[in-house]
Amino acid sequence: MTYFTKFLGAATALALSAGAALADPAIIYDLGGKYDKSFNEAAFNGAKRWAEETGGSYKELEMQSEAQREQALRKLAESGANPIVMTGFAFGDTLNTVAPDYPDTKFAIVDMVVDQPNVESIVFKEEQGSYLVGMMAAMASKTGTVGFVGGMDIPLIRKFACGYVQGVKAVNPDAKVIQNMTGTTPAAWNDPVKGGEIAKAQISQGADVIYAAAGGTGIGVLQAAADGDVLSIGVDSNQNYLHPGKVLTSMLKRVDNAVYDAFSAGPDLKPGIRVMGLAQNGVGVAMDDNNKSLVTPEMEKAVEQAKADIASGKIEVHDYMSDDSCPVE
Amino acid sequence: MDFGTIIEILDSAVRLGTPLLLACLAGLFSERAGIFDIGLEGKMLMAAFFSGAVAAVTGNAWLGLLAGVGGSMSLAFVHGLASITFRGNQLISGVAVNFLASGFTVLIAQSWFHQGGRTPQLSGNGRFDPITLPGADAVQDVPFLGPIYSNLISGHSILVYVAFAMVPITWWVLFRTRFGLRLRAVGENPESVDTAGISVIRMRYTAVAITGVLAGLGGVYLATGLAAGFVKEMTAGRGYIALAALIFAKWRPVPALGATMLFGLLEAISNRYPNIDLGVITLPIQFMQAVPYILTVIILAGFIGKAIPPRAGGQPYVKER
Repeated sequence: MTYFTKFLGAATALALSAGAALADPAIIYDLGGKYDKSFNEAAFNGAKRWAEETGGSYKELEMQSEAQREQALRKLAESGANPIVMTGFAFGDTLNTVAPDYPDTKFAIVDMVVDQPNVESIVFKEEQGSYLVGMMAAMASKTGTVGFVGGMDIPLIRKFACGYVQGVKAVNPDAKVIQNMTGTTPAAWNDPVKGGEIAKAQISQGADVIYAAAGGTGIGVLQAAADGDVLSIGVDSNQNYLHPGKVLTSMLKRVDNAVYDAFSAGPDLKPGIRVMGLAQNGVGVAMDDNNKSLVTPEMEKAVEQAKADIASGKIEVHDYMSDDSCPVE
Repeated sequence: MDFGTIIEILDSAVRLGTPLLLACLAGLFSERAGIFDIGLEGKMLMAAFFSGAVAAVTGNAWLGLLAGVGGSMSLAFVHGLASITFRGNQLISGVAVNFLASGFTVLIAQSWFHQGGRTPQLSGNGRFDPITLPGADAVQDVPFLGPIYSNLISGHSILVYVAFAMVPITWWVLFRTRFGLRLRAVGENPESVDTAGISVIRMRYTAVAITGVLAGLGGVYLATGLAAGFVKEMTAGRGYIALAALIFAKWRPVPALGATMLFGLLEAISNRYPNIDLGVITLPIQFMQAVPYILTVIILAGFIGKAIPPRAGGQPYVKER
């Protein structure tokens, strides 16, 4: 019996040291899925870039249901992965309970602030990027009416909407912005049919540029806009290529940079809040061959000017999440 | 709200209601034959995936339709096998079908197209484009009736017309043919059908197969008519709303048309007017989205008439004990 106990102890020690020695970084993708052509895919691209450049390896997990969150997090933490990056605000509560149980593991969460000594919270200034595409939308619009289609109705998406409206109004104070949210459940991220119908309803009300911040639902919005011969604006990743010549631009959220930086820092990840704005190259607008014909020199000039002004603090873009309200509609 | 806006909202309601209608009629055949089917969602999802995938590869929406209906029917067969031949619990089998479709579609899509559980965007002949009915442009300027014909009735994908045609066909088959009488009898009192020398098993399999075809058409319309390709979980609960519509319609085909179009209309209105200002109170969008379920509960509670499901529904048929 004693031999057996010793053997077990030795095996456990071995397993523990093996786990510690590995210390690969890990990433968990949220329900949208690793290849959502948008938010999670940007995270995947960052992880991939890190692996290619350093030759390292990383672990990854894709969420399939809400119930898996805590289990997935604990499993990765117990496997010795360090740091563990997760994409999506929905991990907030779970991480808040799990993080104290693994004080030696570093966590990074995108889009949410979790106040724990071993967590880095990465938040983006989406309102700044949305402000820029809002300016472009107002300049490209001939009718003076533009649209916004959000995914699930959460403060984060309202932040996109608010920045967008501010940008539109900065160029054309009389412009009308039609705003729709797809739904109030996670299914709202994956309903291209409903997204398409909302886009059609907005087009019939005169919108001729539509900004979709809605994950997989946005694919339907972009499609309906292309079918209805109006312009659309993609989100998170560069979606200009989906309908060349029909997508005005894409609001880039450089989740890839955030993940890449977190992986590079490894176990030395610095806890606290990290803000990724225009100045930190965290958000931006996509310019490539697919939208070259749509972007006029004036637009480009205005965007560059606004970028400089926002970075220098001359233009202050209101953040919806700071007070849960938007000064313009 | 002017006349043109009303037409646009009704037009949108028809598009949104059609997948519900097809799924609802699908459920009608199955449940009338005594097989509960909560796997409509999974069948539609499967059909959406296979139609999107095959249409993307071949560039032909009709081949996509065949593949989509095939995919849906294979799940219908699984459900039939579990609940008819092996006399399993029909609800559990239906849930299993939904889970199977949810995982299978994304997995295969990823392995075939490497686009993260999506199929490539469809274009040209890969989609069921809107068709213009004869004379639609000519009567455009006729007051009142002109816009109704040219904007509301004309200009839908062929599958919409198929779905609407299925309503009288379903009524006729169920209530005016020998097959329909037997099918309904199997759902009410299978012993009597068996006594008459008709195979209950075969009747039920036939009903489940028809369900597969109709739910498949609904899924095909989602992926190749409304959207342009498959996106994971793109049915977004439409199979469940169709079940609610089926109860709301009390398992009858013509009310099923009314129920699904009503639900489509509610969705179209909430897309157009997220918050409805009634002067005294403002109806939030969440209320509009909940109305189909609220109505169904009211019906089930017996406030408006009574919804009585087929009597032998949910019970596997055992010939001899």
